[in-house]
Amino acid sequence: MTFNDHIETQEEIELRHQDTLCTNESKLIHPWWYNLKYTLVGIIFGIVFVKAEIISWFRIQEMFQLTSFFMYGVIGTAVVVGAISVFIVKKLGLKSIYGETITFEDKEFNKGQIYGALIFGMGWAITGACPGPLFAQAGSGYSVVIVTILSAITGTWIYGKFRDKLPH
Amino acid sequence: MLEIIKQPWHWAVSGTIIGLIVPLLLILGNKKFGISSSFRHICAACFSGDIKFFKYDWKKEIWNWFFVAGIVIGAFIASTFLSNPGEAIQIAPKTIETLKSFGITDFNSLLPADLFNWGNLISFKGLIFFVFGGLLIGFGTRWAGGCTSGHSIMGLANLQKASLVATIFFMAGGFISANIFIPLIFKLIQ
Repeated sequence: MTFNDHIETQEEIELRHQDTLCTNESKLIHPWWYNLKYTLVGIIFGIVFVKAEIISWFRIQEMFQLTSFFMYGVIGTAVVVGAISVFIVKKLGLKSIYGETITFEDKEFNKGQIYGALIFGMGWAITGACPGPLFAQAGSGYSVVIVTILSAITGTWIYGKFRDKLPH
Repeated sequence: MLEIIKQPWHWAVSGTIIGLIVPLLLILGNKKFGISSSFRHICAACFSGDIKFFKYDWKKEIWNWFFVAGIVIGAFIASTFLSNPGEAIQIAPKTIETLKSFGITDFNSLLPADLFNWGNLISFKGLIFFVFGGLLIGFGTRWAGGCTSGHSIMGLANLQKASLVATIFFMAGGFISANIFIPLIFKLIQ
């Protein structure tokens, strides 16, 4: 039995990809517990978030006050390692562990990458966290951050509600 | 070994591991690295109403919730078992000076207790730092089409021009906020 054997229409696929980068490109249908491997990857990510102190409100203030190189080092290294990895994956035409070809798609520029990004950047400095660290802060025992996460979900909903009225 | 792990990690080690998550997710199942969409999938699953933006097959993306759940668990493991209790975080002296002038007094843990406690929730502080801040994150990331993970790491790693623009404006928003709005907010509180 699978959790989801719905076949998507082209319109549904496009809607799923709208304003979204981190998508599932696999065409395979698996039982839900296959997803537990992503939890393992998430655990690694969560440990790094805490051990590198990336989830610290202070680190974010340092970054935007230009008083520390630390966060620039983390993000810069991650981009370089990620870019080399993507290059290798493309060059060798690597497949996933299930034999599927790994695919990449180009994202069209739209004005959201200016207005939306500015708004998110402001929230990033205020809360001292982007979405990943929000979850890591909550996991580290800063329970009040749950309120911030609920607000972020609300913010996303408001965007969805008024999406058609915003410039893109 | 455990002693080394228990110390704060170097930026190059941390950045390398984060960078390697990109190919790991690709190889495990052709998944694109990112976090902020998890908010959208919650809207789609629970509060889609008649909003077209949330009318997609969210079950295709539940992997992202499993990934996010891992972050919560990993953060718990790291802060409970892999940290030296009572070890203060190293903060740049200039930033400490600036933040002290804003009225911050706690520099011992990752987040200042002056701000991040439940007692602040129903106050101007709480409204700005949790509620308003969270709204900006949710609204902004979705309009931008991704967050620091999706645009600044996955998108830049895939050499996307749109992601470069987004990253530049993430930083611009942060600079404006940290150097103009946050000092202003603290002035209003004091």
